[in-house]
Amino acid sequence: MRILFSFFAVIALVLSAYAGVKIANLQFLFGVVIPYIAIAIFILGFIYRVLKWGSSPVPFRIPTTCGQQKSLPWIKQNRIENPSSISGVIIRMALEVLLFRSLFRNLKTQLKEGKLVYGEAKWLWLAGLAFHWSFLIIFVRHFRLFLQNTPSFIKMIEGLDSFLQLGVPVLYMTDVVLLGSVTYLFLRRVFIPQVNYISLAADYFPLFLILGIGTSGVLMRYFYKVHIVSVKELVIGLASLHPVIPQGIGVLFYIHLFLISTLLVYFPLSKLMHMGGVFLSPTRNMVNNSRMVRHINPWNYPVHVHTYEEYENNFRGKMKKAGIPVEKE
Amino acid sequence: MAKKFTAKPDELSKVDYKPPKKGWMDTPAEFKEHTFCWGAKGKNLDAVNFPNARDWSPAEEDWKLPENWQEIFLEGIRERLGKYRSFKLFMDICVRCGACADKCHFFIGGGDPKNMPVLRAELLRSIYRKYFTASGKMLGKIAGARELTLDVLKEIWYYYYQCTECRRCSVFCPYGIDQAEITMVGRELTNLLGLNTDWIAGPVANCYIKGNHIGLEPHTITNSVEFFLDDIETITGIRIKPTFNRKGAEILFVTPSGDLFADPGTYTAMGYLMLFHELGLDYTWSTYASEGGNFGLFTSNEMAKRLNTKIYAEAKRLGVKWIIGGECGHMWRVINQYMDTWNGPADFLEEPVSPITGTKFENAKSTKMVHIAEFTADLIKNGKLKLDPSRNDRLKVTWHDSCNTARGMGILDEPRYVLRNVCNHFYEMPEDTIREKTFCCGSGAGLNASENMDLRMRGGFPRANAVKYVRDNYGVNMLANICAIDRVALKTLMEYWVPDVMVTGLHELVGNALVMTGEKKRTQDLRLEPLPEKEAKE
Amino acid sequence: MKLNSLLADKKDAILEKWFDVIIESYPPDTSNFLKNQSNRFANPAGSAISQGIENIFDELLRGLNQENTLQFLDNIVRIRAVQDFTPSQALSFIFPLKRIIREELTVEIAGNQLLDEILALESKIDDLALSAFDIYMKCREKIYEIKANEVKSMTFRLLQMANLINDTEGHEPDFKGNNKLKIKRGEVKK
Repeated sequence: MRILFSFFAVIALVLSAYAGVKIANLQFLFGVVIPYIAIAIFILGFIYRVLKWGSSPVPFRIPTTCGQQKSLPWIKQNRIENPSSISGVIIRMALEVLLFRSLFRNLKTQLKEGKLVYGEAKWLWLAGLAFHWSFLIIFVRHFRLFLQNTPSFIKMIEGLDSFLQLGVPVLYMTDVVLLGSVTYLFLRRVFIPQVNYISLAADYFPLFLILGIGTSGVLMRYFYKVHIVSVKELVIGLASLHPVIPQGIGVLFYIHLFLISTLLVYFPLSKLMHMGGVFLSPTRNMVNNSRMVRHINPWNYPVHVHTYEEYENNFRGKMKKAGIPVEKE
Repeated sequence: MAKKFTAKPDELSKVDYKPPKKGWMDTPAEFKEHTFCWGAKGKNLDAVNFPNARDWSPAEEDWKLPENWQEIFLEGIRERLGKYRSFKLFMDICVRCGACADKCHFFIGGGDPKNMPVLRAELLRSIYRKYFTASGKMLGKIAGARELTLDVLKEIWYYYYQCTECRRCSVFCPYGIDQAEITMVGRELTNLLGLNTDWIAGPVANCYIKGNHIGLEPHTITNSVEFFLDDIETITGIRIKPTFNRKGAEILFVTPSGDLFADPGTYTAMGYLMLFHELGLDYTWSTYASEGGNFGLFTSNEMAKRLNTKIYAEAKRLGVKWIIGGECGHMWRVINQYMDTWNGPADFLEEPVSPITGTKFENAKSTKMVHIAEFTADLIKNGKLKLDPSRNDRLKVTWHDSCNTARGMGILDEPRYVLRNVCNHFYEMPEDTIREKTFCCGSGAGLNASENMDLRMRGGFPRANAVKYVRDNYGVNMLANICAIDRVALKTLMEYWVPDVMVTGLHELVGNALVMTGEKKRTQDLRLEPLPEKEAKE
Repeated sequence: MKLNSLLADKKDAILEKWFDVIIESYPPDTSNFLKNQSNRFANPAGSAISQGIENIFDELLRGLNQENTLQFLDNIVRIRAVQDFTPSQALSFIFPLKRIIREELTVEIAGNQLLDEILALESKIDDLALSAFDIYMKCREKIYEIKANEVKSMTFRLLQMANLINDTEGHEPDFKGNNKLKIKRGEVKK
């Protein structure tokens, strides 16, 4: 039900782009208007969400410490997993964001009855990492469409990405990796009961959407070629705020573009915001130094307490009998 | 509501009995006997002016909620979304990857899917989505949102009092989502409706009025300590004379009151007394600030602060220079991560310097409170203690890292250093079950009552299993730790799972090994049991 | 002893089926976790079950050494005694072994006239179930004993303190002579 709903939602998106362009000839709507709206929603939405998180204070210093604290000078501190300085936090965050350190923790290769045993967790880490990195590389590669002259670093990335030199046009490894890893991430949601049990439609939808984007892209590049010069013309037009709709771009491109637009709109509304959120997570981005430097809670307020005076008034007789000094005789 | 034997006759013969596969949202919580604590008594809630103070029972249909309980609950969520970035973020960014699913000791030992941290969080997230997000309002269940009904409230209550706030899930989460943080908020919300357990509310009320969880009045504190002094005299021939509420002492000593009350914590308390006496430390106990632990933390941020205030207030009144804190788990999460923020700055105290070694405790220069394991490790490193570790030779010791000190502070190697110096046989448990990956005792965060014993036993099973491993492989017979709740809870846990393993605090072992000036030839350990090598010699 | 060698041959298949049946008594989300996570420390319950049934099966073939069998049964039953099972469910895992063996050996039983041996084996399995029942009861009794002990030691401390309150009010407290308390304290500890 959750899966089917998401699946058909994406199919409906594909069909509407197809019908819009092929039948209703709404190239301008799908090629210009919707992408502009989507980008605007994405940027504003993203900023809004981050600002909204930022507007809630961090009242307490609550890093999850995953190693030895800074203590006596001769005790070796784990400066990264239990940072007491900003540089430690930066490394910790970098490991987290770039290499998915915490998911990696899950991974434990071990010798069991003479053979190596890998947990499922390793695959989650690997697929997650493969997915995010290939997505990023593909995203960067697309910049060639935005610029008249392709910058050298993009050429370099392309070169590395296609170093296997398979097929014509040459196969980008990231295309394969992206589709493979997304498929894996989808399948584990279906087949691992625990993960299936916790998965919502909101988990399947972005997977199908990205699968749709990847598939349409791959089809365009390797199978049903679209007119690349026209595509570039359209994209540069968009980027330079002088939109044009060149003739003869295949409908596949509009489907691709529409799915991307949908992703951009969906992004700030959804869990995909973990991209921004990971940087704000107080259990990871804070220094564990609250015994060294006082952390201020902006909404700290005075509370009712049971004072010593009240306490002594309650127990003065008993205290005196027990020989405990008192303030008032 | 609580069910005793839930199988219907026709299910008994069906060994392939499998519950119908329904979504978790459509499966209301079933209150199983021995898994939840009794409801808070009205008088205990009243003592600290908590709302909706009345006697109630989770097992009954009627929870005696206020008329507008939904409004209160939702307003509570709104307020906390604005106050805690952690809470807001953790409501939003979970991708449900499932990495945390099998990291919770309650899930591992019991198998209830709602004990997967991600799902425990989703119980509350579904409410958040319904009332605070556009997609949840529009799409409802498709977006993972659901109405706040009485059943849902009960479900949240049931599972949020099955979380020990141990933070193990947070270690494995790619975004650091910490279920402890969410549980704390969830428990605050239930407290707005007067839905606490008596095992928490009782100690809170006690601590507020009498200064400690157990409810020891001033004269009973001194009397308890007198008992220890008698035993110490029997063992060492030395009569120790500690002071209470003494103005002008250099150091205030604060430890969980459990150490004064329940074995084997009491032996740890004897260890403190012996150590401080031997050092000639100018220190005092306090009967007003006689609790290091803080059950307020399992109730609400405000309550925790109200209880914690006493430590600094008393330090100020007595005019001490700094504070030493005893062995306790959640106490140190509070001191490390909350105390200074709540009740500081402690500018009336001085930066802690060990009067024995001259070591400056740089890492405590603002809070001015030093962990006793840090203090003792420094003493040993500087050769200030005469130790005879062979007195602990009949013990094969393993070390349990307590959740709060491991994942909310990071005090891992100081106690190990002390341990290696006071006993000769020390064996680590398997790597995945110690340090930041340590398994909870299953009874933390106010769950160490008797009525929920099944829950405690299965929650503690992963820990017990690792202990069993070192017992079987190395003959370990003693489980050491620096947590008062552990000392009580693990003792029970071992009785069920690994009956021949005993439990001890770190400073009990220190007390045994400590060679004191002018002591008689020791023939007994702190438990008044004969020392092994003496027997051999005789 | 034809049966034994047949069983030894089919051991893997039988154990696998038996394990599956036991695991299926848990919710599906749980059962998969119990099945697939092989780390003994990350999945203590699952590994205790799989190890336990193998040992029990071996003992069955060897002829049930009372002490070993009880230990192996204990490893499984002790866990199930504190999980969300009714007593009958907690022990239900033993009986399917009969069915599984019959299923696995359908052909052999028909062809080799193993009926007597099968019957003997099945009554051994019945004995297992009875032993498991004893263990289950011991576990539950232990739980109640532990509960009682917690309350007892708490009450004892309170009484101890209460006594002293009376003492201080009346006359000089007699700490030294309080040997009775010390003896009691030892009792409570154990």
